[in-house]
Amino acid sequence: MDKMPAWADAVLVPLISLILAALLSALVIVAIGESPIEALKLMVEGALMRSTGWGYTLYYATNFIFTGLAVSVAFHAGLFNIGGEGQATLGGLGVALVCLYLPWPHWSLALIGASLGAAVFGALWALIPAYFQAKRGSHIVITTIMFNFIAAALLNYVLVNLLKPVGTMDPASALFPPATHLPTFQEMFSSPESPLFRGAPANISFFLALIACVVVWLLIWRTRLGYEIRALGHSESAARYAGISPVRIIIVTMLISGALSGLMAVNTTMGESERLLMNATEGAGFIGIAVALMGRNHPLGVLLAAILFGFLYQGGAELALWTNIPRELIVVIQALVILFTGALDNMVRIPLEKLFLAMRRGNT
Amino acid sequence: MTDQAPAIELRGISKAFGPVQANKDISIRVMPGTIHGIIGENGAGKSTLMSILYGFYKADAGEVFIAGKKTEIPDSQAAINAGIGMVFQHFKLVQNFTVLENVILGAEEGRLLRPSLSKARGALKKLAEEYELSVDPDALVQDLSVGHQQRVEILKALYRQADILILDEPTGVLTPAEADHLFRILDNLRAEGKTIILITHKLREIMEITDTVSVMRRGEMTATVKTAETSPEALAELMVGRKVLLRVDKAPARPGAKLLEIENLRLTDETGVQRLRGISLDLRAGEVLGIAGVAGNGQSELLEVLGGYGTATGIVRVNGVEIPLSGTGCTGQARRAAGIGHVPEDRHHDGLILPYTAWENACFGYHRDPAFQKGILMNNAAIREDAKGKMERFDVRPPNPNLAARNFSGGNQQKIVLAREIEHNPDILLIGQPTRGVDIGAIEFIHQQIIRLRNQGKAILLVSVELDEIFSLSDRIAVMFDGQIMGFRDAAQTDQRELGLMMAGITQDPGGDPLAAIDATLAAKEAREAAQHG
Amino acid sequence: MDFLTLLQVLDSTVRLATPLLLACLAGLFSERAGIFDIGLEGKMLMAAFFSAAVASLTGSVWLGLLAGIAGSMVLSGIHGLASITFRGNQLISGVAINFLAAGLTVLIAQDWFSQGGRTPSLMGGGRFNAITLPFADTLSGVPILGPIYAELISGHSILVYVAFACVPLTWWILFRTRFGLRLRAVGEAPEAVDTAGVSVVGLRYAAVAICGLLCGIAGAYLATGLQAGFVKDMTAGRGYIALAALIFAKWRPWHALSACLLFGLLQAVALRYQNIDLGGVIIPVQVMDALPYILTVVILAGFVGKAIPPRAGGEPYVKER
Repeated sequence: MDKMPAWADAVLVPLISLILAALLSALVIVAIGESPIEALKLMVEGALMRSTGWGYTLYYATNFIFTGLAVSVAFHAGLFNIGGEGQATLGGLGVALVCLYLPWPHWSLALIGASLGAAVFGALWALIPAYFQAKRGSHIVITTIMFNFIAAALLNYVLVNLLKPVGTMDPASALFPPATHLPTFQEMFSSPESPLFRGAPANISFFLALIACVVVWLLIWRTRLGYEIRALGHSESAARYAGISPVRIIIVTMLISGALSGLMAVNTTMGESERLLMNATEGAGFIGIAVALMGRNHPLGVLLAAILFGFLYQGGAELALWTNIPRELIVVIQALVILFTGALDNMVRIPLEKLFLAMRRGNT
Repeated sequence: MTDQAPAIELRGISKAFGPVQANKDISIRVMPGTIHGIIGENGAGKSTLMSILYGFYKADAGEVFIAGKKTEIPDSQAAINAGIGMVFQHFKLVQNFTVLENVILGAEEGRLLRPSLSKARGALKKLAEEYELSVDPDALVQDLSVGHQQRVEILKALYRQADILILDEPTGVLTPAEADHLFRILDNLRAEGKTIILITHKLREIMEITDTVSVMRRGEMTATVKTAETSPEALAELMVGRKVLLRVDKAPARPGAKLLEIENLRLTDETGVQRLRGISLDLRAGEVLGIAGVAGNGQSELLEVLGGYGTATGIVRVNGVEIPLSGTGCTGQARRAAGIGHVPEDRHHDGLILPYTAWENACFGYHRDPAFQKGILMNNAAIREDAKGKMERFDVRPPNPNLAARNFSGGNQQKIVLAREIEHNPDILLIGQPTRGVDIGAIEFIHQQIIRLRNQGKAILLVSVELDEIFSLSDRIAVMFDGQIMGFRDAAQTDQRELGLMMAGITQDPGGDPLAAIDATLAAKEAREAAQHG
Repeated sequence: MDFLTLLQVLDSTVRLATPLLLACLAGLFSERAGIFDIGLEGKMLMAAFFSAAVASLTGSVWLGLLAGIAGSMVLSGIHGLASITFRGNQLISGVAINFLAAGLTVLIAQDWFSQGGRTPSLMGGGRFNAITLPFADTLSGVPILGPIYAELISGHSILVYVAFACVPLTWWILFRTRFGLRLRAVGEAPEAVDTAGVSVVGLRYAAVAICGLLCGIAGAYLATGLQAGFVKDMTAGRGYIALAALIFAKWRPWHALSACLLFGLLQAVALRYQNIDLGGVIIPVQVMDALPYILTVVILAGFVGKAIPPRAGGEPYVKER
């Protein structure tokens, strides 16, 4: 028999881990001489109480949905893709090239084109580590980390030497043409009487992210490919026995994972900055790890975790603005979430399993 | 004799893992200088009991007395201090260490290695002479044969001054001749006054070497008797709790057309060692060809190649059509399409995805079947329905397709695999170790299914390390040794002794003591592997 | 390139290789014991901050060093807890530790010093200063050998010499002592160690602690030897490069030295030359920046021979019969 009911495994364990991470974060805030209650109030105020706050929260959440899905798809195949950052960087390059060098009559077509560009560039950046893992057995964790650094250097080179308009100092590309401007939430949901999401960067890519959640869910649990991906993730030798090619699955999975990471750039580069910037990813590739772990690699969980981290990101920005707490607090919280939901999982799970076992014995 | 304290005595040992009671109120007494057998089926609780004795698990209740003194064994160190040595079924050796390094590990003299190594070198030499336990002290363990690795394990225990030696299923990986050698070593140890506990599920071994024997069933000790006063039949009945048929009833085979032809099959693994060295065989409809042999002589590779997940050279024809042995056409899918079903040797490793539900497993490998698709998605409802039928027909308990595979017992897991492979109606069925880790009730069922399939005119290639199983199912028997087939025999016209010699690489009866000849063939095998390895 | 420039590049190679070498040996102890550690980066960063912070507050670089080691060892303890005691995923734990260090260092730096996440610049006794070896000045006149001794071998801070001395020491511990034998065994076959009556948990914690100690020294050297103070993310991927060097070295101490010197040389060249002109083809500085990482990928892909990690690496030990 399983030691614990499925719902406890899916909900209770991550919830307790999250509470532990939150308590420790509160301690950190106390240690630097601030009040955690006040800080939480400020964060809720800034991120959730006004539509503009939500506009930022959902903007960040969009990034984290994409990177979280990317990490979780790879996890299903037993692969740890830490390269979301680099893949998203390359995705940004894809978006920029599509927006700058192709004439787009309407934003909807540009959105499709840019999504393809982002996905293809992100996927290709994941292809090389995938190929080395599948064919030569080099560990994907290390290669994808290396590819993050290489991506940063590559983007630096491209921006400084190729894309930077003549006469500017900023290492950034030219502004994209107006026809590629994506509708923001403000434009979509405001009316003159009730202005909403004023100035917030959330845009139509959020819905793209929601679609991605549904597609990933179908992919993993309803298609043959998903069946084979999960089979490989559980047992490579069994997959080989069943005629599933590990090489093919590793490469296909990483292509999908890289494409999802790359898609994040549609939100940041096309939807927000409307030009390609250095460091446009702002660590979202790494937050995908925390989001995937907390969301238990399920698209619904990823969506919820991404919104939570969107809230933390926006709330953290508010904190940095109004208090002495720097934005790096979010990095600490992110680390604690990864630690508790990922590495220290058993610390929560084992006592819970014992508890459920004892309860079951008490009942019979 | 009667006033002498037992070397080891257990009183009322109980141990539960969650809801499973692995040991229930177990008591035994073993006198010094004797060999005591513990026999029981897989899962009867033998290994749990020994793990408690070696400090791996803590018993929930009960006491242990060593030489009459109550002893607490919280960890392995305490067991070693109490004079207990253990030879595990799966050896606990560091593969890339030398024999010497393995022997001193944990029993070093002081903080520097040099003095420990030279002391151990002398001690090993003495032990080798005393007990016929010679091993090259400077060889790397990974270059040794299994038989020699086992000697290293025994040496480790003796180097630590063990008085009580526990061996857990020690002959599972040995040829009959190597097993004989092991028993001679055990005899010598007994003569020196050591106490030996032998855990096994093989009745013959118990009858051959033990002085007393205890029988375990479902976590309980059902009897302890003097070996001289019992019989294999009586012990088998005690093990299972009812009378068992050790033979399967079957009509004579009526072989038909050649369904599978193999010519000169060769395989070299990634370390450069040849695992298959020119295998040729034919398999006909309506017959069971049993492949006997000690584990690790190429049987697994043969199954993998035929199952489509190992690449090899040579010719394999199925129904007269040659199938590719490497490249893109060489996959499990292609083999299944060609009519080959495969029950793999290790169901946990290969045959099942343990976290998958029973229904997901019941289509595993056949999941691309058009009947299981619905557009671009999988037709989960159809798969579930199909699984339900399979589980009912093969009496899988509980018959719940939504339960994860890991929650079924070994026998029921094997039935799921068997149902999946048989119900896809293959012409040829490959079966590896069909009853490993399966309770006796399920063994009977599985054996009946195999014979039923053969009577339907299917061709069956059976690989098993259990000679008894080979004998009771096969019509013809091939013996594999060192990647080659040593010969084919008609099952009705051969015996254990002949097959045993063939399993050690000897096709002609050398007469007299066969051990020298066996040692020579094994040494030749090792030398070849080492040369290819380098 | 003239002789003096070459010497200067090599001199800077030695300095830049030092933190890599210490971190690489740190990883060697951990991974030889079967605990993968991609948290070298975070531990170094933590040590860099605490050493600079305490050196700045007390004016004593030695107290700084101790504080740095302590900071690194705390993270090691977390890694041990996650991967040994609770048998968690070692890679995920390492990732968490890297983020924890990246966040906490800036957070605490801001709280203590309010200088935008950095420490004040260290001066005087707050830094490890260069040591002039005996006769360096007298011998500098000797052709070739003199400058090599005076420029390359002499004139580094004490931690550089410590790092290089750690190489033979590590070799000796691993291959000549009881502890080393057990450490290697626990990374290859923990079940053999366990059944021999030696504590797997104890050995692995010891290895992780040594890893923390060496990462601590590496981080302290970064902030108080190589540079004068802590700045945000100052490790800049060195932990990962050390990891790559470890794989390149196939987990052997002397090879680790060569690998780290090679990566140090790459960094030194990238630091000294911006765009390199190779017979008309200009290699941009970004290529030099990325070269260590590209090289790592190439090495990992097995183009330079196959690296086989310790057999039990990355797997938590669960007792089995």
